[in-house]
Amino acid sequence: MMGFLASFEALRHDKRAAIAAIAATVAMGIVLAVFPFIVGSALGNSWLRIVDFAMLYIMLALGLNIVVGFAGLLDMGYIAFYAVGAYLYALLASPHFGLHLPVWLIIPAGAVLAGIFGALLGAPTLRLRGDYLAIVTLGFGEIVRIFLNNLNAPVNITNGPQGISGIDPIHLGGITLAKPISVLGFTIPSLHAYYYLFLVLALGIVFVTIRLENSRIGRAWVAIREDEIAAKSCGINTRNIKLLAFTMGASFGGVAGGLFAGFQGFVSPESFNLMESVMVLCMVVLGGMGNIPGVILGGILLTVLPEVFRHGAGPVQMALFGKILLDPEALRMLLFGLALVVVMLYRPAGLWPSTTRRREFKGESTDVLKEGE
Amino acid sequence: MSSVLLDARAIAKHFGGVKALHDVSLSINQGEIYGLIGPNGAGKTTFFNVLTGLYHPDGGELIFAGEKLPASAPHKVAKRGIARTFQNIRLFANMSAMENVMVGCHVRTHAGVFGAVVHDRRTTAEEVAIRRRAEELLHYVNIADRADDLARHLSYGDQRRLEIARALATDPKLLALDEPAAGMNGTETEALRELIEGIRKDGITVLLIEHDVKLVMGLCDRVAVLDYGEKICEDVPAVVQKDPKVIEAYLGGSLA
Repeated sequence: MMGFLASFEALRHDKRAAIAAIAATVAMGIVLAVFPFIVGSALGNSWLRIVDFAMLYIMLALGLNIVVGFAGLLDMGYIAFYAVGAYLYALLASPHFGLHLPVWLIIPAGAVLAGIFGALLGAPTLRLRGDYLAIVTLGFGEIVRIFLNNLNAPVNITNGPQGISGIDPIHLGGITLAKPISVLGFTIPSLHAYYYLFLVLALGIVFVTIRLENSRIGRAWVAIREDEIAAKSCGINTRNIKLLAFTMGASFGGVAGGLFAGFQGFVSPESFNLMESVMVLCMVVLGGMGNIPGVILGGILLTVLPEVFRHGAGPVQMALFGKILLDPEALRMLLFGLALVVVMLYRPAGLWPSTTRRREFKGESTDVLKEGE
Repeated sequence: MSSVLLDARAIAKHFGGVKALHDVSLSINQGEIYGLIGPNGAGKTTFFNVLTGLYHPDGGELIFAGEKLPASAPHKVAKRGIARTFQNIRLFANMSAMENVMVGCHVRTHAGVFGAVVHDRRTTAEEVAIRRRAEELLHYVNIADRADDLARHLSYGDQRRLEIARALATDPKLLALDEPAAGMNGTETEALRELIEGIRKDGITVLLIEHDVKLVMGLCDRVAVLDYGEKICEDVPAVVQKDPKVIEAYLGGSLA
């Protein structure tokens, strides 16, 4: 995916670079295509599931990046939009209401509904920034979760804390992704099929984000982040542009949520707690706020690392001490937290910051850069 | 007699009990360089903020190009054709000089989300035009060689110039400069004077707040003097300089 991004940038600049970029894109495409088979056979299906989840988190991180990274609006309740998408799918394609609408209808509807929720959250918070905005959005995220938890009486809409189960798996054109699909003699197992679907949608979101970033709208977002008053004086309608950031960011979350519901087959309010919002925020900040490849990297690492710790902590302790001293489950978050601290200490601008931000944090002048180059 | 571009009628602004502006009326003609001077705290910047919609006036109205200006809607004011710079430079620090100017083009362009994502022909053409216009303006203010540098890494004088370029990108009829020469040395101020004269030659009316008396007197066609939120004088520089009330405001009563 990084190759894809690099190639996209290069395509716009240089002919010869473009050819190299196309080659890189093809190579990347092949890697991405065979990747699930490698993971599936080398590490097993549980890891393939983790890879599928990483795709969902990439979508979430890219959505939140629009709000936090581009527009500079600290949103601590982002997971609410994921919940909106997930519950919409669950309600419209499960035995709960007996509805079984097609996916191509539900996922866009989830994007739209989440977008509306994004605007609803944005509207009352337009005057807030920084800490204050963080507190309000945090409250919003919790409100959505608590609503989902309690909307089972007097009319049972969300089935309360039990959640909704038996959700239809994603099916496209009569083919369900829940069972292996055979194409031209090949058999594509379910997890692999989900991987491809998620990959396509994630690439779509990457594409939309890149296009937005390099546009009049993207510049307006960054301008608001940098100096709201100056942005206003330049004729930017900050109210509309901020609402647009909330709406676009939320709609990505809605898409990811719908996919999550179809993939998991079960949703409950538990999946959308504050910790999840914090996690997605960490992906954005840790990866490199505002930089698309960085955010993608953050999404992958923060999905995979906790699992590595979870799976690795037991065997490593057995090898070192001959017995398990610390519960891997507890150790997992400890190590994870430690990793976060280390990254923020040594790479405060994120693992893969945009060139701009890297310079910002180092505080070096461009003159120095020029001499060095 | 040239036509009036901006007519401020009895503008008032209070902060609590402090009357920052008290019934200030002034009119700026099309194509002139109009100076607004006064001791510190006289209300010059407050007037700018009311004019550009950052403050809501407590009284009076602003007629711009024959129509009433909307109050407290900076983006609408920009759309109507008033651009400004700030006393303490407000650039988009972590965007390149080029991007800063491109943001200035926002108000005269239209691409939305759809255009940005799909890159239809109109959006592509618009984006090319924005880029070309931004390049032109960077040339115009003489910082084209710093186009790709972050705004925060420009020298102080260049930052002031960049802010003017960004303001010009909004295609203003009236350019309001808030102490553009503050902190500049003699050479820089001289270059600034040439720049402002050039802007006027291009048909843009200039409203200038400035402390550098030499610059104001040499550059402005007419000058208004504010003191404690009231206009005490408005005339050509030569007359203003000799006005006893002005001298009193600047130097204190006993010396006049």
